Amino acid sequence: MTNAADLPAWAALPTALLLLLGAGLALTGSLGLLRLGSFYERIHAPTLGTTMGISCVLLASMLFFSVLQTRLVLHELLIAVLMVVTTPVTLMLLARAALYRDRSEGCDEVPPPPPPLPSSPDLPGGSPQTQVSTKVFERT
Amino acid sequence: MTTELLSWSILLAQILLTLAMACAVYRLLRGPRAQDRVLGLDTLYVNATMLLLTFGIRTGSTLYFESALVIALLGFVATAALAKFLMRGEVIE
Repeated sequence: MTNAADLPAWAALPTALLLLLGAGLALTGSLGLLRLGSFYERIHAPTLGTTMGISCVLLASMLFFSVLQTRLVLHELLIAVLMVVTTPVTLMLLARAALYRDRSEGCDEVPPPPPPLPSSPDLPGGSPQTQVSTKVFERT
Repeated sequence: MTTELLSWSILLAQILLTLAMACAVYRLLRGPRAQDRVLGLDTLYVNATMLLLTFGIRTGSTLYFESALVIALLGFVATAALAKFLMRGEVIE
C-alpha cells in the first residue's frame, strides 16, 4: 500500500487545488439545485458538478496515482467518458418527461407544443389562448 | 508541510462534498414534484462518485475507483429508468 507522504510537493499542490476546485464546483451546483425557482432552472444547476467538478477530481486522482506509483494511471478516463456520454442523455430524457407532464396537466408556464397540422387556422399564439393543443381541438 | 496541506485539503473537499450531498438529499426529500426528486437523486449519485474518488486519494488505494465507476453506472441507469417511468408510466413496455 502506498502512502501519501511520499508525494513530492510539485504534485501535492496541484492535487490539493484540483480537489478543492472540484468539490467547490459540486457544492455550487448543489446549492443552485437548492436555491433556484422552477424545475427548468434547477435542471441546469447540477451540470456544473457533472462536467467541470468531476473532471477536476478525476484529474487530481490521475495526477496523484501517476506520481505515487511512478507510472501512467489513466483508468479514471473511464469515469470521465461515462459522465460525458450519459449526463446529456439522462438530463434530456428528464426534461422531456417533465415537459410532457406539465403539458398534459395544462400548465401555463410551459410553451405549447408545436402545431401538429400545417393547415389549422387558429394556433395558440396570444396570451389568452396559451393552452394545450387538445383544448384547441375541443373548441373547433 | 505539503503533506499536511494535502491532507487538510482532502478533508475540506470531503466536507464540501458532504454538504453538496446534503443539498441533493434535501431536494430529493422535499422536491415539490417527482422530476425534482429524480434530479436530486442524479445529483446525489454524481456527488457520491466524487466523494468516493476523494476517499481513494485519501487512502491511496485504487479499490475506491471501481466502486466510483459502479456508482456512476448505477446513477445513469436509475435516472434513465425513472425518466422513462415519468414519461410513459412504465419502464419496460
